Amino acid sequence: MSLSIQNGLKTFSLGGVHPADKKISAGKHIEKLPLPKMVSIPISQHIGAPAKPVVENKQKVKAGQVIAKSTGFVSANIHASISGTVFKIDKVMDATGYKRESIIIKADDADEWEDGIDLSDDLKKEITLDREAILEKIAEMGIVGLGGATFPSHVKLAVPKGKKAEFLILNGVECEPYLTADHRLMMEKGPEIIVGAKILMKALEVDQVIIGIENNKPDAIKRMNDLVTKEKGMRVQPLKVQYPQGGEKQLIKAVINREVPSGGLPIDAGAVVHNVGTAFAVYEAVQKNKPLVERVITVTGDDVKKPCNLLVRIGTPVSELIEAAGGIPENTGKIISGGPMMGKALNSVDIPVSKGTSGILIVPDKKAKRGDMKPCIRCTKCVQVCPMGLEPYLLMTLSRKELFERLETDKVLDCIECGSCSFTCPSDRPLLDYIRLGKKTVTSLIRERSNS
Amino acid sequence: MSQTILLTVGSITILGFLSAAILYFVASKFKVYEDPKIDEVEQALPNTNCGGCGHPGCRAFAEACVKADDLSDLHCPVGGNETMQNVAGILGMEVEERDPYIAVVRCSGSFEYRKKVNVYDGVANCTIAHSLYGGDTDCSYGCLGFGECADACDFDALHMDEKTGLPVVDENKCTACNACVTACPRSIIELRPKGKRDRRIYVSCISQERGGTAKRACEVACTGCSKCEKECKFDAITIENYLAYIDPQKCRLCRKCVDVCGSHSIHEINFPPRRERPEKTETATVATKVQGSQEGNIEVMEKVKKTNQQSRKENSESDDNA
Repeated sequence: MSLSIQNGLKTFSLGGVHPADKKISAGKHIEKLPLPKMVSIPISQHIGAPAKPVVENKQKVKAGQVIAKSTGFVSANIHASISGTVFKIDKVMDATGYKRESIIIKADDADEWEDGIDLSDDLKKEITLDREAILEKIAEMGIVGLGGATFPSHVKLAVPKGKKAEFLILNGVECEPYLTADHRLMMEKGPEIIVGAKILMKALEVDQVIIGIENNKPDAIKRMNDLVTKEKGMRVQPLKVQYPQGGEKQLIKAVINREVPSGGLPIDAGAVVHNVGTAFAVYEAVQKNKPLVERVITVTGDDVKKPCNLLVRIGTPVSELIEAAGGIPENTGKIISGGPMMGKALNSVDIPVSKGTSGILIVPDKKAKRGDMKPCIRCTKCVQVCPMGLEPYLLMTLSRKELFERLETDKVLDCIECGSCSFTCPSDRPLLDYIRLGKKTVTSLIRERSNS
Repeated sequence: MSQTILLTVGSITILGFLSAAILYFVASKFKVYEDPKIDEVEQALPNTNCGGCGHPGCRAFAEACVKADDLSDLHCPVGGNETMQNVAGILGMEVEERDPYIAVVRCSGSFEYRKKVNVYDGVANCTIAHSLYGGDTDCSYGCLGFGECADACDFDALHMDEKTGLPVVDENKCTACNACVTACPRSIIELRPKGKRDRRIYVSCISQERGGTAKRACEVACTGCSKCEKECKFDAITIENYLAYIDPQKCRLCRKCVDVCGSHSIHEINFPPRRERPEKTETATVATKVQGSQEGNIEVMEKVKKTNQQSRKENSESDDNA
């Protein structure tokens, strides 16, 4: 398949949709949210094994102190995001919609940080650590992919034997409508992101970095372009606006025109993709010794009084973010953690933000409702928009009829859950819901098979 | 002309005989011997192909029966003891009688007792809702109410009660085939022995939430207060993760736990009216008026609650007067 080039810009070639991008908060500077009185930090904020708490009730903790240790290779350390005392370790409702083990810390207002953490804004360019030390540092500081999937970064950087990474692709696409956190980060922390990219280059032993940015952020493209002109092996690739370009596989296709094989990883195509937010977190971890305890979150929505980009400590309740954005509008129908395409509706505003929260979107009542499911009219729109070349209408039916073996042969596991099919369906069919159900069942069936 | 007809008829006849010979040879050479008993056993089975025995259909179960040395591991829950006796008769073996089982719904959080705290807007499917979040009430263990169990039932023995939002088991139709148990993503339905004279006692809650939290989410949740555990003389009740469980093998159906349970989460089914006791007269008589179905039980609970409230009010009033 040839690379489609329109208006001289690259994009991925298969499927894709064009939701209105609504980047309302794009011009808003990143503000620091005042420290919360209390944070509840879930011990499972990443893909993989939950961390194990290493603090006790009433223990004093400083910000940046390890409070839960990773319990395996695919796991991540959790750090205290504020200084104070551990109130209790209890089950708290988090973004999964279930109560899960969390460490609740009461703030002491001192905002005391663990020793050795550099909190200054000075740019530290020189990378002194070697490859092994970098990987260790990234694991120690609990860095996970900040694009939303929260996959532990040190695992992604450990290239399996026999494979070679040729490209590091930095993901500054932010294809989800409304979200502007990565955009603002590129505008305000550009030099740090570049140093972060260099650290990742050293860790991966690659000499080429491509920063993919969609064309709806011309200021960010210009800013990053200015920064990379002096750097060797780095370039910015402007991309045509199309959802889901921020998906790893779509971005690789768009930027270097290679396809990740079915069931494979980006490394099979010679690429490793990291979010720009992750690159910034890596910079802070390696150069400043600062663990991942805060992140930029966009709080936005059509009727939100003050859409904004906030620098928030992990574990802050969502209600405080919404308060900073001018409170919940009266006509609110849904509050979503993440973007409108892949985000998840929250069932409470007391839910704490975690490492994977990229935005809080407040949707008015009118837009929040799903249409009633009508019969499939065989228009094949879902097939046309599927960026993975699947047949969503068929997968949904197979899943409803519980034909799991056929689901497996029809590659249900290749689905990246971008939601383009449900978005485009004129009959409002819950395609993705059923596909996700099928995916889950097939995964467990495969696991059962390999166990027996 | 006539020659052509003859030639055609002749050649086809020869072809026919040839194919017949080949078929005969193949059939006798590759004949699969099948025990005629399999057919007989299959005939004796209910032929519902529900899979309740753990085999993929009645034929497979019949084959397993014929192959087996003894029938102690094999049981058809649909046909029950009678069918198994027949099967044993055909095979010249003996089979022990088994207690019949029945599906029991271990959640009583009806609309009234379990307030909705958010609106679910997704697909009306229990498994999908379960994978998304804890549900539209504060109890993340309780019934989601989309009736996947009722859909899974081949015997029309389960239906969703519109008033309560909970599934109701029809005692006479339930065959304990296990289909609803596997269909429920929250493992709310349990197969329990039908009990002596169809009487049984069970904790109708699976919430492992701490007492206060459970109670806030649902009025009839088991809080794990351990009153019933202390009351039980037969060690039938165990409390784990703030939840009581009655071991049906140890339970002697004395009903003492039902009396002490403050949240009415222990249910008794098919019991005769209690002997009237002066201090609890009203409650006891009301509680035994409706028997059998769970729907009945919920009505009972409502009445019990009302009478309790009344008596409480009266008590407080009399206290005030005093």
